[in-house]
Amino acid sequence: MADVMSMEDIRATAARLNVDLSSLDLDSIRLPPGEDFGVSSDDEDLKVEESLEFEEGFGNIIVVDNLPVVPREKFEKLEGVVRKIYSQIGVIKENGLLMPVDPETQKTLGYCFIEYNTPQEAELAKEKTHGYKLDRSHIFAVNMFDDIEKFMKVPEEWAPPETKPYAPGENLQKWLTDEKARDQFVIRAGSDTEVLWNDARQSKPELVYKRTYWTESFVQWSPLGTYLATVHRQGAAVWGGATTFNRLMRYAHPQVKLIDFSPGERFLVTYSSQEPSNPRDTHRVVINIFDVRTGKVMRDFKGSADEFAIGGTGGVSGVSWPVFRWSGGKDDKYFARIGKNVVSVYETETFTLIDKKSIKVENVVDFSWSPTDAILAIFVPELGGGNQPARVSLVQIPSKEELRQKNLFSVSDCKMYWQSNGDYLAVKVDRYTKTKKSTYTGFELFRIKERDIPIEVLELENKNDKIIAFAWEPKGHRFAVIHGDNPRPDVSFYSMRSGSNTGRVSKLTTLKGKQANALYWSPGGRFIILAGLKGFNGQLEFYNVDELETMAQAEHFMATDVEWDPTGRYVVTAVTSVHEMENGFNVWSFNGKLLYRILKDHFFQFLWRPRPPSFLCAEKEEEIAKNLKKYSKKYEAEDQDVSMLLSEQDREKRRMLKEEWERWVSEWKRLHEEEKLERQKLRDGEASDEEEEYEAKEVEIEELLDVSEEVISFD
Amino acid sequence: MRPILMKGHERPLTFLKYNREGDLLFSCAKDHNPTVWFADNGERLGTYRGHNGAVWSCDISRDSATLITASADQTVKLWDVKTGTLLYTFNFDSPAKSVDFAVGDKLAVITTDPFMGLPSAIHIKQIARDPDNLLILKGPQGRINRAVWGPLNRTIISAGEDAVVRIWDSETGKLLKESDKEDGHKKPITSLAKSVDGSHFLTGSLDKSAKLWDTRTLKLIKTYVTERPVNAVAMSPLLDHVVLGGGQDASAVTTTDHRAGKFEAKFYDKILTEEIGGVKGHFGPINALAFNPDGKSFSSGGEDGYVRLHHFDPDYFNIKI
Repeated sequence: MADVMSMEDIRATAARLNVDLSSLDLDSIRLPPGEDFGVSSDDEDLKVEESLEFEEGFGNIIVVDNLPVVPREKFEKLEGVVRKIYSQIGVIKENGLLMPVDPETQKTLGYCFIEYNTPQEAELAKEKTHGYKLDRSHIFAVNMFDDIEKFMKVPEEWAPPETKPYAPGENLQKWLTDEKARDQFVIRAGSDTEVLWNDARQSKPELVYKRTYWTESFVQWSPLGTYLATVHRQGAAVWGGATTFNRLMRYAHPQVKLIDFSPGERFLVTYSSQEPSNPRDTHRVVINIFDVRTGKVMRDFKGSADEFAIGGTGGVSGVSWPVFRWSGGKDDKYFARIGKNVVSVYETETFTLIDKKSIKVENVVDFSWSPTDAILAIFVPELGGGNQPARVSLVQIPSKEELRQKNLFSVSDCKMYWQSNGDYLAVKVDRYTKTKKSTYTGFELFRIKERDIPIEVLELENKNDKIIAFAWEPKGHRFAVIHGDNPRPDVSFYSMRSGSNTGRVSKLTTLKGKQANALYWSPGGRFIILAGLKGFNGQLEFYNVDELETMAQAEHFMATDVEWDPTGRYVVTAVTSVHEMENGFNVWSFNGKLLYRILKDHFFQFLWRPRPPSFLCAEKEEEIAKNLKKYSKKYEAEDQDVSMLLSEQDREKRRMLKEEWERWVSEWKRLHEEEKLERQKLRDGEASDEEEEYEAKEVEIEELLDVSEEVISFD
Repeated sequence: MRPILMKGHERPLTFLKYNREGDLLFSCAKDHNPTVWFADNGERLGTYRGHNGAVWSCDISRDSATLITASADQTVKLWDVKTGTLLYTFNFDSPAKSVDFAVGDKLAVITTDPFMGLPSAIHIKQIARDPDNLLILKGPQGRINRAVWGPLNRTIISAGEDAVVRIWDSETGKLLKESDKEDGHKKPITSLAKSVDGSHFLTGSLDKSAKLWDTRTLKLIKTYVTERPVNAVAMSPLLDHVVLGGGQDASAVTTTDHRAGKFEAKFYDKILTEEIGGVKGHFGPINALAFNPDGKSFSSGGEDGYVRLHHFDPDYFNIKI
């Protein structure tokens, strides 16, 4: 902003240079192209955007090649055929079909140009008719007009690509080496996006990087925390770096709406949907899968929204996101999507279907991957009015072998919940009662890692209880369920192991009448927050499941979100801009102590930066746990130092503030004193400003009332 | 001590003012009757009848003899405090918003709202039988919510809906200083309170902050950040405390839980700008705050139509942070 000159400045400069401003038309001045006179634009995207716009010039024209070469008499017939084919796809502009003629032979040249109203129609026409067989010898070759120009520019001779010198990259995981072992988070409020350290010891966040208008809709961390993705009109971008946030890669995808990383953050899936030109058509969907590091499109999927909307509950545009679900594990080997009567599983080596065909599953409505293994859980609902039972089956990939299957009767709906290690799968089954008028809920619990995958059925004590929330303990064997009828449901904890018998599920406890509707396990397990969001105004209960006791109860009024940090040490509750007032977030310790709170207007997002899984092996971790006392001593000492330093700094700061204030006050006193006389004059000589006239003076007044003399006889 | 609830107004409170001795409290409300109360026990002494519109602001002369009130009925009226008789009426062409006596009580500064195409203005009037219109200042956009005199009546300080604090020369009408965009408020300024000696003043704004300025240089000294739009501010004459009042917009009060409204009066340490505590009670936003000149009690007036008079407990005087 400082670079902008005000009109005053301009006038002053003009006067200095003896230029008559009134005779000068500022708008007529044209700077030579490429010259900025040292005033650099602060928008680095500017140039790129321009070239994009330029490309759109002929974007709505296609070139159809391999047409029959016909003499003049047959012009009209051929034109009629071509017009018929291409007007099915979109509206051809008036005079939009041009078929050039060879002036010598008076025959067509075997190609024509077609101009549509929109580039989208042209794109669609290219896709649909490229390879169209008019007859045996005329197979259409359709290209975008813009592409032809591009192809013309390709040099005839192949030149070996220049090998770029190796430039060492930054350590993108530098944040993990923070001396104080802090975690980062990103917040978005108003137009600002900020990345901050959570410095819990100092009870405040510390700014890492801030940028205004960093993203046009939202930001998202990659699953291992290496990148921060931003979403723009032209596409998505990822940012990262050792100390600050640089743009590492851009992924062009106009009008991108949603993005999704593969769990090992090797690939990025982007999604956009386009309003159809014809209101009867469905939305057109474009999905690109990029390689995160190179920015190359590995595969794209285009089609109508219907093709991608099967089985999902559907959002605004009818597609349930993510369309492609990634198999567990860091190697990002497979991804799958659901189609009509099929589940299509792709592998990332070649980006093609496994065995070149999808898995046929009649009427499949839902599927999910195990978080760690290449195992698919597929759900098929009941068919034929109950003649064919509903089915949940586990399928191994890539062998497509069915590991386990369970038939379920009179089912209305199913939901699948994987435990984070892929050890267990819980299927929540809603069943009809005999009258079919209402439903009740039970759980089918699969033990994936045990031989033959045993299944256990769990029903709640009160079968009619509605299930409000379900959550597995991360990396653990326990789960929590909120059940019952509002307004005060119960919370129950179960374990997949009971005391001596590790193969049986058992109930740990039930907490009666809790104001909770959401469950948030600590990423390390053991601790859980029972949260009453929305209707319950932000009630929080911090519960220790090992000891089965409540650690703390608190409230963050109107809280909408709860987010554990990746280590399970801190937890954040936030009020996002769905509410007008109170926007901001609170940072709590795992046991429910409020550490600090930050208020931000128009608060949109809070996201902890994820951490990649630890490299320590199980034995090492156990060793650390055993010798925890030894380690903790060191950190306790550090903590103490920090708190000492902090109070020292605090005192110092307060002293400074006080001193500064004293200076102001003495200055004011001096000025006040100086002005005293004048003030008296203004008040017609009334003496003082202060209370002097009220000074209490004790005045003794003696009044002689009566005098009488008496002579007393002296005895 | 238990606050004294003073029920006398039928409409939201707009302004509160103590006289210099601190024995009388004057209250203005959107009903048409400014009221005077005993500041000690909250007993109503009387009302001043004659206005025909909401009364936005008032001031009391140093000798507690004359009251001046500014009203939306486009008049500013002078009253005899003791008898309640109307002494004089200044007529304007638009609603009067704020009024302030100069040192010596011979001049008053009055602001008028933009109305029927007229821009807002600051008027300087003589308090006399035949008052001269000394000066009219124009320029700021939107309502000028408050204008007060600077030291020795040499300057006028104004603040209002355009979020800018301005200092004018009261002789020539020249604009001397303006708060800059970086430091200044981001949303309309609703209130302004001077310190006892007039050396500094506090402004409250809908941007959920209050700011402390030096009167002579218009230098920003402190910023107090809060969670509510600030409608009213006051400074303790005794301790280094400031008190901020406000709450969510009156039109949204019924849509949320009462706790969401933030209707407490919040106390801040003036020097460290840290929150000390809060006083609950109103069930609507606080529109007016005033400290007793002895610093031992304060009163708040709310959108709910009540004035709450709080005498501090002894603990208050020993707060340490």
